[in-house]
Amino acid sequence: MSDFLKVEDLTMRFGGLVAVDALNFTVAHGTIHGLIGPNGAGKTTTFNMISGFYTPTSGKVLLRGEDISGLKMHEVARRGVVRTFQHSTLFAELTVMENALIGTHMPFRPNIFAAITGWDSEDRRGAAARAGEALKFFGLDDLKTERAGDLSHGHQRALGMAVAYASHPDLMLLDEPFTGMNPEETRQMMDLMRRLRDAGTTILLVEHDMQAIMGLCDTITCMSFGKFLAEGNPKEIRNHPAVIEAYLGGARHVA
Amino acid sequence: MLKALIWIAAGAALIALPHGLSFSQQEILVFLTINILLVTSYRLLTLTGEWSLAHVVIMGVGAYASALLTKEFGVYVPVAMLLGGLASALIAVILSLPLFRMKGFYFLIGSFAAGEIIRLLWKHFREPFGGAKGLKGIDPMPDFSIGIYDFDFFEPVSYFYFAGLIVIICMWILWRIERSPVGLTFHAVHWQDKLAEASGVNLRAYRTLAFAVASGFAGIGGALLAHYIGTINPGSFDLDYMVFVLTWAIVGGTGTFYGPILGCVVLTILNEIVLREMGFEQMRPLIYGAILIASILFLPNGLESIVQKFTRRRAKS
Repeated sequence: MSDFLKVEDLTMRFGGLVAVDALNFTVAHGTIHGLIGPNGAGKTTTFNMISGFYTPTSGKVLLRGEDISGLKMHEVARRGVVRTFQHSTLFAELTVMENALIGTHMPFRPNIFAAITGWDSEDRRGAAARAGEALKFFGLDDLKTERAGDLSHGHQRALGMAVAYASHPDLMLLDEPFTGMNPEETRQMMDLMRRLRDAGTTILLVEHDMQAIMGLCDTITCMSFGKFLAEGNPKEIRNHPAVIEAYLGGARHVA
Repeated sequence: MLKALIWIAAGAALIALPHGLSFSQQEILVFLTINILLVTSYRLLTLTGEWSLAHVVIMGVGAYASALLTKEFGVYVPVAMLLGGLASALIAVILSLPLFRMKGFYFLIGSFAAGEIIRLLWKHFREPFGGAKGLKGIDPMPDFSIGIYDFDFFEPVSYFYFAGLIVIICMWILWRIERSPVGLTFHAVHWQDKLAEASGVNLRAYRTLAFAVASGFAGIGGALLAHYIGTINPGSFDLDYMVFVLTWAIVGGTGTFYGPILGCVVLTILNEIVLREMGFEQMRPLIYGAILIASILFLPNGLESIVQKFTRRRAKS
């Protein structure tokens, strides 16, 4: 399955502004794929269209050949595409464990009648086990009873990933997962992402930390002003003249 | 063991309670019991972060449905009450179609408008709703005997036992829902709807579920009311009543299951018994309002915050 996720002529207009303009790229199964570009290039908008947060003005998002553009976010999620958000978007009032339990919503779908009669105890145990597993994977298992809002920034980012991971996703969309992390935390998180990939989860991420991107990604797509600019492995992207121009403003001699 | 003893003691106290009260206080106790169900079911809706102004009208839907079913079709009263609850839940599902296109403040106003439309329909159609005069001579709960106790439903004490039992069962179900993964999902919908949706939660379905379940139990409450007082009209379920529900929930606090119940009990005792006893007949609304303002100023997290302070301190020591 090389064309796991395919974006075809994806376009998003906000009034007169074309945020994403006829974007095309393909994410192969079992890879870590980076989406980079200068500020305002339309990376997050692209993410929002893939995850169903926005409906694209035109173009398609194909997941395993099925057009998922224009579906609601929970419908996209149920097809195995789970996203995290920029900043630390969590259920701040709930505990770490409860956050992870909500992540298990899809594999262990709650049922109100079973909940009243107590016939769902097996599901509840399964969900708790899965949530615990996800927390353990991201090194949060001794923080289970803490309020999510009280966690340190790095832990909050990790919890955001754990919530997404708890649902057994096929594709994780990570929106700037390394912001606010110190180099040590970034290194650990990169390790975890490689382990996820090796276990068969495909990862698509938007990130500004170039060191992390270059060290982590198998393939990188670079965007600028809403348009596709270049694609390749980290080495190719680093030396791509158009990419350097986009980041440094066209003056080769500056580099 | 200690817990079981506390529950038994509480049950015994509830059974003994009406015998220490005057007749009019016993009647207030019945209304209080029904209002507890109303405010507890209202909390389930507030779990998803939405506040509705149609809750009392939807309670009225249950009352009208149950009254009409017994009157027109001779349905056995307890069955009619259950069907009344179902009718309320069904109306809630229908109302949710337009209403859940809105959120927050707009939902609040939209629900108010929807409630008023229902009330106008009752007023307008003399058949079958009886117009502005409403329905009269609603069948009372038929008397029966369980051997050790004869239920005579013209006695408020009997009706208190009957309504109390139903309300306790309903509250147990609401408690089970809140403590289940479904309840957790309601919280998730409230605190971060986008993240919940990204985790695969169908927001619309969960909002509708909370609205329908809350409405269903409110409908049962309405049916309990209708068969007790025997007459209902569109004025029985007006905005004044809704404002009372809101104040019970706000003064009690909606952070815990018992918060709104506490608000309902304390304010009812204060309004109906303490202020009446002190002879403030005309001034009651004024003093009631002053107490509300004071409680919001000095107890912004509701009466439940006092209880929490004590239980936390005990947990620490």
